[in-house]
Amino acid sequence: MSAHEAHLAAASKALRDVSRVKPVEILFWLAALATFFGLPDQYLLLNEVVITGLFALSLDLVIGYGGIVSLGHAAFFGFGCYAAGLLTKFGVPDPILGLVLTAGMTALLGFVTSFLVLRGSDLTRIMVTLSVGVLLGEIANRLPDLTGGADGLQGVAPGLLLGRFEFDIFGQVAYGYSLAVTFILFVIARRFVFSPFGWSIRAVKQNALRASSIGIHVNRRLVVVYTLAAAYAGVAGALLAQTTSFVSLDVLAFHRSADLLLILILGGTGYLYGGLVGALLFKIVQDFLSNLTPEYWEFWIGLILVSLVMIGRERIVAVPMLLWRRLRGASA
Amino acid sequence: MLTNLFDGIAYGMLLFVMASGLSVTLGLMNLINLAHGAFAMAGGYITVALVNQAGVPFFAALPLAFVLSALIGLVMERTLYVHVYRKTHLEQVMFSIGHVFMAMSAVSFVMGSEQKFITIPAFLDARYEVLGVSMGAYRLLIVAVCGVLAATLQYVVARTRFGAQLRAAVDDPVVARGLGINVDVVFAATFAVGSGLAGLGGALGANLLGLDPTFPVKYLIYFLIVVAVGGSSGMTGPLVAAVLLGIADVSGKYYLPQFGSFMIYLFMIVVLLWRPQGLFARAGGR
Repeated sequence: MSAHEAHLAAASKALRDVSRVKPVEILFWLAALATFFGLPDQYLLLNEVVITGLFALSLDLVIGYGGIVSLGHAAFFGFGCYAAGLLTKFGVPDPILGLVLTAGMTALLGFVTSFLVLRGSDLTRIMVTLSVGVLLGEIANRLPDLTGGADGLQGVAPGLLLGRFEFDIFGQVAYGYSLAVTFILFVIARRFVFSPFGWSIRAVKQNALRASSIGIHVNRRLVVVYTLAAAYAGVAGALLAQTTSFVSLDVLAFHRSADLLLILILGGTGYLYGGLVGALLFKIVQDFLSNLTPEYWEFWIGLILVSLVMIGRERIVAVPMLLWRRLRGASA
Repeated sequence: MLTNLFDGIAYGMLLFVMASGLSVTLGLMNLINLAHGAFAMAGGYITVALVNQAGVPFFAALPLAFVLSALIGLVMERTLYVHVYRKTHLEQVMFSIGHVFMAMSAVSFVMGSEQKFITIPAFLDARYEVLGVSMGAYRLLIVAVCGVLAATLQYVVARTRFGAQLRAAVDDPVVARGLGINVDVVFAATFAVGSGLAGLGGALGANLLGLDPTFPVKYLIYFLIVVAVGGSSGMTGPLVAAVLLGIADVSGKYYLPQFGSFMIYLFMIVVLLWRPQGLFARAGGR
């Protein structure tokens, strides 16, 4: 074997090792499945967590992989909410078909708006994504005949899931449905980011100039990842609309994009699980804080954000990681 | 129609004074600070507390609003923001959003979440008719104060020694340090003055813009537009951008109320696509 071939073999082995499914990942999804059977009185809450997790996963694709700082990701989530709600109300009661159609429409919106984030610096991108977000919010607000305006879109009643299961008031079917969709989309995202195409996106994020000099079409990568992430956010929105039978203007609000950023940062970017872990952490923290100070819980959220930046997320994560390694070292 | 134009100019001048600090910190120093509106809000609430509760005369409260907001800005710059300059843009976004959340909750905790109005002297309620244009005395005051401030700012940045130091420090901090410029002091002073101006703008504009705890988020987009469209060529760009924005927003809401703020957001997207560096970009600037 020549030296060149040896390098190639080593490289492809390294890539395969990184992308192999680890035991902890299987544990994670088994735990998620266990919540479906073990926590029947928490379905509504869990449903919300898993939808937020999927939404944050889609932001992770944009920030953690694409390297695009977006402050208007709620645009796609909200668009998905309204699209799925309207589809259900006017002619497409089947949830799965509604979900697929919504994904397609949000992907189209993502594709069109992706060209807006290709140009300019981080600042330009932040402002463009922010403007697209508030622009959609303004449109939804100004079209009360279609969206219900400030009253929200009411009476979204999806039909039977798979022609068999009816959405119950305890949220069992809803949670099972959201969890299953999230799992399928997660697997697809995982395949995607560990594909050669996914690796090339990471190369673009690390250094766009070098990536383009080895023949990677930078803009095409960003368009694809942005479009995919938009579709994911749209599906998350569609799940929310279908499982809660209601869409409010709040889904397009600025604080949604901001909270989402916090969720992703809490969970960590660039390894796909960050969104799901962050959504769970955020829900726990939010519940705890809003019990503590119902009106002013946002203050503590702000404090968490500020401290995360000032202390540095790495340093906060480093302590438990170090303990974990010690434990593993001791047991091995 | 001319009345609308006048109101728009007053509104735009107000936006300029509030956003001028941001056009330096964000436009020139490249610090993504989404919390600038919090300083404007601080100025507004300081004035409410001083005038409505402590009985300080309105015209004495305005300079106090400037000084106190500047002090808040100075303390925050020295303790917190100084560490954020070199962080990534994502971290700057998170930090400043966190700051906004904290400021909003703190204000609604201390002052309540309802909209506040500053009791202004009665003679400012007067209206004058000049050549068929109906002008409110309060808006005339705003135009006058903001006009003087804009001229002073332009003079300071373009003509004084401090302005030259600031421009040098922004363009290349390392070389500026090598030339003996104390970059930290220059940045801190700039941040403080910017916060103070935001506070003064918040105090002047509280009754026009509506002062409540959501203020920093409500006007965030407007500040960003002023900076983005104004670009980084000194103070003229942001001033022109702010006045245009004020006129467009006032007349847009008057003539096309069904579109609301729609046109403004659309305008911003178009401008950013057309000229990502702003309408008045400076050659060689960052």
